[in-house]
Amino acid sequence: MSRERAAVLDVILLSVQILNGIQLGILLFLVAAGLTLVFGILDVINLAHGALFMVGAYAGAVVAVASGSLALTILVAPAAALVVGVLLDRLVLRFLYDRGHLDQVLATFGLLLFLNEAVRVTFGSAARPFPVPELLDWSVSLPGGASYPAWRIAIIAVGLALALAMFLIIAGTRAGMLVRAASTNAGMLELLGIDIHRLLLGTFGIGAALAGFAGAMAGPIAAIQPGMGDHILILAFVVIVIGGTGSVQGALLGSLLVGLCDTLGRAFLTDGIRLLLPPAAANEIGPAIASMLMYLVMAVVLLVRPEGLLPARRPGR
Amino acid sequence: MTRGGADPLAGRPPVPWICLVLLGGTAIALVLLEAAEHPYYVKLLNRALILALAALALDLVVGVAGLVSLGHAAFLGVGAYTVGIMAEHGLTSGFLQWPVALVASAAVAAVIGWLSLRTRGAHFIMITLAFAQMLFFVAISLSRYGGDDGLTIWTRSEFGALVSLSDRLGLAWVSLGILTLAYLGLRRLERSRFGRVLRGARDNERRVATLGFAVERYRLAAFVLSGTLTGLAGVLLANLTEFVSPAYMSWQRSGELLAMVVLGGLGTLHGAILGAFAFVLLEEALSSLTTHWALLFGPLLVLVVLAGRGGLVGLLAGRWGPK
Amino acid sequence: MSELLGTRGLCKSFGAVTAAADLSIDIRDREIHAVIGPNGAGKTTLLGLLSGELRPDAGRIRLLGRDVTELPVHARAKLGLGRTFQVSSLLPSFSVLENVAIGVQARCRASAGGLRNAATDPVLNGPARDILDRLEIGALAHRPAGALAHGERRLVELAMALAPRPKVLLLDEPLAGLSPAEAERVVSILAALRREAAILLVEHDMDAVFRLADRITVLVYGRAVASGTPKEIREDSAVRRAYLGDD
Repeated sequence: MSRERAAVLDVILLSVQILNGIQLGILLFLVAAGLTLVFGILDVINLAHGALFMVGAYAGAVVAVASGSLALTILVAPAAALVVGVLLDRLVLRFLYDRGHLDQVLATFGLLLFLNEAVRVTFGSAARPFPVPELLDWSVSLPGGASYPAWRIAIIAVGLALALAMFLIIAGTRAGMLVRAASTNAGMLELLGIDIHRLLLGTFGIGAALAGFAGAMAGPIAAIQPGMGDHILILAFVVIVIGGTGSVQGALLGSLLVGLCDTLGRAFLTDGIRLLLPPAAANEIGPAIASMLMYLVMAVVLLVRPEGLLPARRPGR
Repeated sequence: MTRGGADPLAGRPPVPWICLVLLGGTAIALVLLEAAEHPYYVKLLNRALILALAALALDLVVGVAGLVSLGHAAFLGVGAYTVGIMAEHGLTSGFLQWPVALVASAAVAAVIGWLSLRTRGAHFIMITLAFAQMLFFVAISLSRYGGDDGLTIWTRSEFGALVSLSDRLGLAWVSLGILTLAYLGLRRLERSRFGRVLRGARDNERRVATLGFAVERYRLAAFVLSGTLTGLAGVLLANLTEFVSPAYMSWQRSGELLAMVVLGGLGTLHGAILGAFAFVLLEEALSSLTTHWALLFGPLLVLVVLAGRGGLVGLLAGRWGPK
Repeated sequence: MSELLGTRGLCKSFGAVTAAADLSIDIRDREIHAVIGPNGAGKTTLLGLLSGELRPDAGRIRLLGRDVTELPVHARAKLGLGRTFQVSSLLPSFSVLENVAIGVQARCRASAGGLRNAATDPVLNGPARDILDRLEIGALAHRPAGALAHGERRLVELAMALAPRPKVLLLDEPLAGLSPAEAERVVSILAALRREAAILLVEHDMDAVFRLADRITVLVYGRAVASGTPKEIREDSAVRRAYLGDD
């Protein structure tokens, strides 16, 4: 009798962790999608993109505490990120488009240091509270007895909807076609008379808004502190490498892969290793390998398909 | 770029005077400071020497080979953790620790380098960053060795009668000596046939490959050498601070190393040393002004990059160099 | 009459564009084999396939008796394959002498020279100067390669390709953009060169082609429509229609 209960609990645990993995993947996707498009169009590497995620989280936290309104929160957060993003572009980023990667890395690194410190000065280092807005402050009952927060389900649902919208726009509209074309050969588009910089600004703006939105969605479940965008940014880079540059499909695939790998790895790997090794050793090695897992996936992709799993088509070769 | 002259490196003095001034001046300063009993500043200078070694190693990859590595702090960590972990297990002999640390750094650099060099440009940057982050998290998960809090090193590397590193000046002299040797060695390497292929491939990889050079192999060799030297810097750093933590491998540290190289003058080798000294002194000066020194350093970095005048070396050449 | 470089059934497509269709071409010892054809015919693609920058969809390539289809660019170069590019591909921050010296360095073992200063190494500079003198551009030796006029760049490009002493040379429009005097110089150099290296010459300058070539292959849309001696090609009616117009 107890073995059956244990098996049921395991299945519930697994489904909860799978949902968590998908949800992490969706958040990653929202951050990575804008990054990969801008990167694909103009080959600009921007370390400050993660800070927009942080801006969205803080903006959302402030609004959520002040108003408790879901609508206001999810409107203000992306808007705040958009404003900060455009400011960064106008003040610094646009001078970097013609520079090499090293200059871009260092300048955006400087920006990031500044932004993180500015947030620390303004809001302090302690984690800021972000209560879930009332509208979504309940839980869904999963078959088997577990419950899953509605907020997390909303992340998955909204994220997938946004992903679908992006696919439709990119595949179906003229603007989307221009973005796709620009990802493969921006120089050619310029020669054809298309205003690359407006296209870039538009794509960049949407990317910033998405990152801010992701920050707000992550707010209630993550620790809101200065520097919270840094790790997400690095994960987004891993996603881009796995999925392929300039490719939204690749970003989605990569994000889900990374999200699931990381979540499931952390949840089950140590237990799995305990089947093979004595508990003491397993407890040492398990968490270490779990934290390495998605980078190992990245390494495998690099070995087998260095251009990524679903790269935007590039001419030649 | 080249003033109607020949080889960009020819015509330059064998060792730039600025380097002689810096290294010689440091030697003098060490003696004076120790005599005047300012142990804090001796330690500060020592730190500058060690970071200069790391920046020098990075300049080989970034400046000479043209590969932007954003994960070099990982090698600092490998070197430092080797010392820490071995000391934790009672293996305090430097004759044992240091070779193991160098081999470990070389091995990690070989793996990371080989995988990363399968890509180009911005991908290479992202991947080196990712691998360093991976090692950062591995270090955090090593609860046996302090995890997030780090590991205290109770004894510095012991070399018996040869040299005593627990003597403050001893470590400083060793650091200065290693830095000088590394600098001279890398200078020769840069001017050798090997260095020429690296520089050529930075200019035009396609052409160099078409001539018959296996560019990837040259770059991997440079990357491994660089990683090993950085690991050595990590060993020295662990000895200096008598502490090691995952923060040694943070991406911020990788970014700082890059900043040192560029601030000093990319690809000039001595610029890396200059940049490291400037950074350490700047960090010291700014943090005595305010704990929020990043508010000042960040924009400063942005301005220096946007200005693009070739760093401190460029500045000096403009003012005092030949017309 | 031995074949130094040859292909069998080489195919390459870029999406809907066929750049090479079942190409079988060979270059023999001591010959100049010219490849001509309208723009877009696939001539540069052919060179890319031969040098190793492009992988064929099908077919094999043999160099000096070895199957090199899977080998990367540098490996084929090491075996004795040299190449020039349509757009001069030099090392702009190095001097002209150094550009050629690097080519000389390529024929040495990788470990030779150790940590010795490469820029002042007579083992490299001597042969480099010889090549420059041979092409009559010795005066350019210390100029930075990035600051040359077009004609000078083409000559340095050729010098660089000659430096490793290749046995087979792929030349992509070496005469393009040269003044008549410069072109004349290159033509006589190439004519003398055939004793040392087999040459595959892609060119648009028909006078030079018919003067230099021992054999000519005509490429149209990736397909070899005709191949033979200059006399045969001149008299081939299909070729005249497709490419030469009325001669």
